[in-house]
Amino acid sequence: MLKPIARIISVIQGIGHRVIEAVWRLGRATRFFLLVLLKSGTSLRRFGLVIRELYYTGVLSLIIIVVSGLFVGMVLGLQGYETLQKYGSETAVGTLVALSLVRELGPVVAALLFASRAGSAITAEIGLMKATEQLTAMGMMAVDPVARVVAPRFWAGVISMPLLAAIFSVMGVFGGYLVTVLFIGVDEGSFWSQMQSNVDFRIDILNGFIKSCFFGVAVTAIAVFEGYDSPPTAEGVSGATTRTVVTSSLVILGLDFILTAFMFRGL
Amino acid sequence: MQRATLDLWVGLFVVIGIGALMILSLKVGNLNTYGVSDSYVIKGNFDNIGGLKTRAPVKSSGVVIGRVTDIQFSTQSYDAIVTMNIDSRYQFPKDTFASILTAGLLGEQYIGLDAGGDEMMLKAGDTIMKTNSAMVLEEMIGRFMFDKASEDDDF
Repeated sequence: MLKPIARIISVIQGIGHRVIEAVWRLGRATRFFLLVLLKSGTSLRRFGLVIRELYYTGVLSLIIIVVSGLFVGMVLGLQGYETLQKYGSETAVGTLVALSLVRELGPVVAALLFASRAGSAITAEIGLMKATEQLTAMGMMAVDPVARVVAPRFWAGVISMPLLAAIFSVMGVFGGYLVTVLFIGVDEGSFWSQMQSNVDFRIDILNGFIKSCFFGVAVTAIAVFEGYDSPPTAEGVSGATTRTVVTSSLVILGLDFILTAFMFRGL
Repeated sequence: MQRATLDLWVGLFVVIGIGALMILSLKVGNLNTYGVSDSYVIKGNFDNIGGLKTRAPVKSSGVVIGRVTDIQFSTQSYDAIVTMNIDSRYQFPKDTFASILTAGLLGEQYIGLDAGGDEMMLKAGDTIMKTNSAMVLEEMIGRFMFDKASEDDDF
């Protein structure tokens, strides 16, 4: 008689524990984020540290961004052409490719790729440094690990994300151009002129840029927190890496909806 | 990796990134079509602007010479006041005719300017006196059907 009740209670306890744990982690993450911002003064003064991290997060992510941007643009061009030519407006394919890339796909897909390419690497690196007690050793030598290790990685991610998103969009537009103009034979002049007359600098390009800045902050903040917060074991680091990719992807998509609602609702 | 090569790669990355932003704003977007050269503002009152939107082009003989910057409703004259930015290379006589036209059957709407013969030119802030409202498809169809019906009555 008592057993089932005890089991139900333990299930409810488990749920409550998880919720409290999640809220607790969120609080710690926010505090850690503010700490990183507070301590970034030193790392911005020693900009060499940020440049070194820019190489690992930005330059090494270039290939995957360029190749995926090209293919996404090519697919967009192909699919857009197939549909638009039914209505005899295949020259609008330039507008379609450019708008979907600049507004949505550029920032979002680049951020998703960035989270799995660079975010996971940041988490694994910081997590492993913690597991091998390198961070504690730094603290012993009166070197603040947040200022020395975390902040440079954070700022490198924040700087490289908008640049990667822009490169992604440009490669996508080029891919769309390649497929529709060079392979299929859509008129080149109307491809570019339709695109230019319908893509607005402030509404489309600037908003896309702002989006990618937000994503950059979100992804790297999650990545450095997961790494810094990971249990100092091999299992803990692997779990933290997985959580970085999963949480960042969800946050990117959710944030994208919120930002889009703010930016384009007035149209 | 050597420090100098690292800096070089990062520099290259930043240059490519900023270059991509430039391409986006100049080649893909329309940053180069406005705000570059001098322009002056003129206004026009229209009874009905149809689907005209801000940033719609202002054309004369098919050439884009400016853009619509603002559309407001006036409660004094109960019509729409459309503000246009015209490239200052192009001057128009005072009796210029402005009409709201449609590109193609269902395309976007734009303002077409037809130059008149007046000696005086439009100055910044002037209002165009002769305007022609947008063609509203429903009204046209309605008028056509009405005309058709009255034609049938004659028989």
